[in-house]
Amino acid sequence: MPSSTCEAGAPDGVVELALRLGDNALILGQRLGEWAGHGPVLEEDIALTNVALDLLGQARLWLALAGRREGQGRDEDDLAYFRDQAAFRNCLLVEQPNGDYADTTLRQFFFDTWHVALLNALARSRDAEVAAVADKARAEAAYHVRRSAGWVVRLGDGTAESRARMVAALARLWPFTGELFEEDEADRTLAAAGIAPLPGSLRAGWQAEVERVFAEATLEIPASCWMHSGGRRGVHTEHMGYLLAEMQSLARAHPGATW
Amino acid sequence: MYAQMVDTGVARVRSADELEGEEAGFQRGIDALEKVEATDWMPEAYRKTMIRQISQHAHSEIVGMLPEGNWITRAPSLKRKVTLLAKVQDEAGHGLYLYCAAETLDVSRDTLLEALHSGAAKYSSIFNYPTLTWADIGVIGWLVDGAAIINQIPLCRCSYGPYARAMVRICKEESFHQRQGFDIMLTLCQGSPAQKAMAQDALNRWWWPTVMMFGPPDAESVHSAQSMAWRIKLQSNDALRQKFIDQTVPQAALLGLTIPDPALTLDPETGHYRIGPVDWAEFYRVIKGDGPCNRERLAARVAAWEDGAWVREAAAAHAEKQAARRKECAA
Repeated sequence: MPSSTCEAGAPDGVVELALRLGDNALILGQRLGEWAGHGPVLEEDIALTNVALDLLGQARLWLALAGRREGQGRDEDDLAYFRDQAAFRNCLLVEQPNGDYADTTLRQFFFDTWHVALLNALARSRDAEVAAVADKARAEAAYHVRRSAGWVVRLGDGTAESRARMVAALARLWPFTGELFEEDEADRTLAAAGIAPLPGSLRAGWQAEVERVFAEATLEIPASCWMHSGGRRGVHTEHMGYLLAEMQSLARAHPGATW
Repeated sequence: MYAQMVDTGVARVRSADELEGEEAGFQRGIDALEKVEATDWMPEAYRKTMIRQISQHAHSEIVGMLPEGNWITRAPSLKRKVTLLAKVQDEAGHGLYLYCAAETLDVSRDTLLEALHSGAAKYSSIFNYPTLTWADIGVIGWLVDGAAIINQIPLCRCSYGPYARAMVRICKEESFHQRQGFDIMLTLCQGSPAQKAMAQDALNRWWWPTVMMFGPPDAESVHSAQSMAWRIKLQSNDALRQKFIDQTVPQAALLGLTIPDPALTLDPETGHYRIGPVDWAEFYRVIKGDGPCNRERLAARVAAWEDGAWVREAAAAHAEKQAARRKECAA
């Protein structure tokens, strides 16, 4: 069990929370960064980069907060570049490959819709530092979800090909959405202390919003299926190792270097 | 530069006495430093040349995203990752408003992109070189953006209004990029021996291609005279190149790096640095398509365009559906 299952409000509960939030933002930002220069149209290249920049900015704030609260002298870069896969706390959804634009769009929409709800709740956190970061991030996330929802509608209700691609992406990505609402001891402790909402409390709102956008996009939520789980415990998909190998390669080749 | 060897389609520059009617008036306006605007009358050769020059510059911006984009996922700190991502995004932005500036001359962005993808349109030779280490990202900012600024600052005063105004904004951002590049180099040069070696290696590989960015020597620059008469080129290739060399040599010394040119000397009489012979055969080869990365760069742009076709079609189809629905509601 990670050390995060400490008593209510103690600093390492916030460390776990900040790592989960920071790793989500970092890994999704890393994925979006792969698109730079390869987008379907110049305007989308710019928009995807905007979202990546927001997420990486948020990742830096969360990881810096995690490092401060942990009190072992680790900064944002130590946490991003010198942790191994099993220490990463992001949900599995964000580490999934970019795929085609339907995959990237749907992954973003599922995440953004959840992210906005979570950040809105965290902005009311009893932990002042958590609330401050969430408050800054939620304005950005509100823009992200407007953008990704718009693209879900465009691609779902676009051409026969774009709809078929969205349906295929949905089949691939839906099984990664269950994890967003899983609860563990750390979540219950944080919720009891008024620091973070219980993940399960966000499910109904998330589902309603997805259904609303899907209705416009002529898409349907798949029947209930088996859901992946494990990212928040450090058990990731095969894709994560490659992502980290690439992201961390240069920093790890020169430990202790300043860049 | 970002636009190299732009063909004016003009064999010989005609003197003021040889020009007549609208063309004489057009040249008088240029000589009086007036801006040409999109709705003004202009000679067809001027319009075509401006399309070539602006679109080459735009293509260079978007192809230039690729060598730098190569290091976004591997940037060695989060701060450097964010800075590089923002820089590559700026280049997409430059591409976008340069395409818009070209569109004022009655040509569509899609037409210009087709010319890039077919190989008919050129982009700067410099982006056909590979980025092999992180230090290459520093050198591109320091040298390539440094060279671009030297070329583009005079273009803020060029005769074509939309291009000149785009250049004002681009220069501001490029100067920021150049400082970031120099900062990467400075940090590497103050770092471990391995980091400093990485910086020197990058300078060794990029120095001569950067010197070539300004285009062939003045004596071989066949279209320069007409471009200068039209004030779409304000200084000669060699003059701009000299400015770049004079600016860069002391910066390399400050970094503790050696310029890979044994013939480099300071001419005490003129105060200018003199460089050794440039391998112009390499420049012409790269411009014609046989550089280390020409095929890869073009293939990446074509793949992005082709893979994105269904996305653009879907967006257009959805917009049409929406318009039809609105019409139905209104009826």
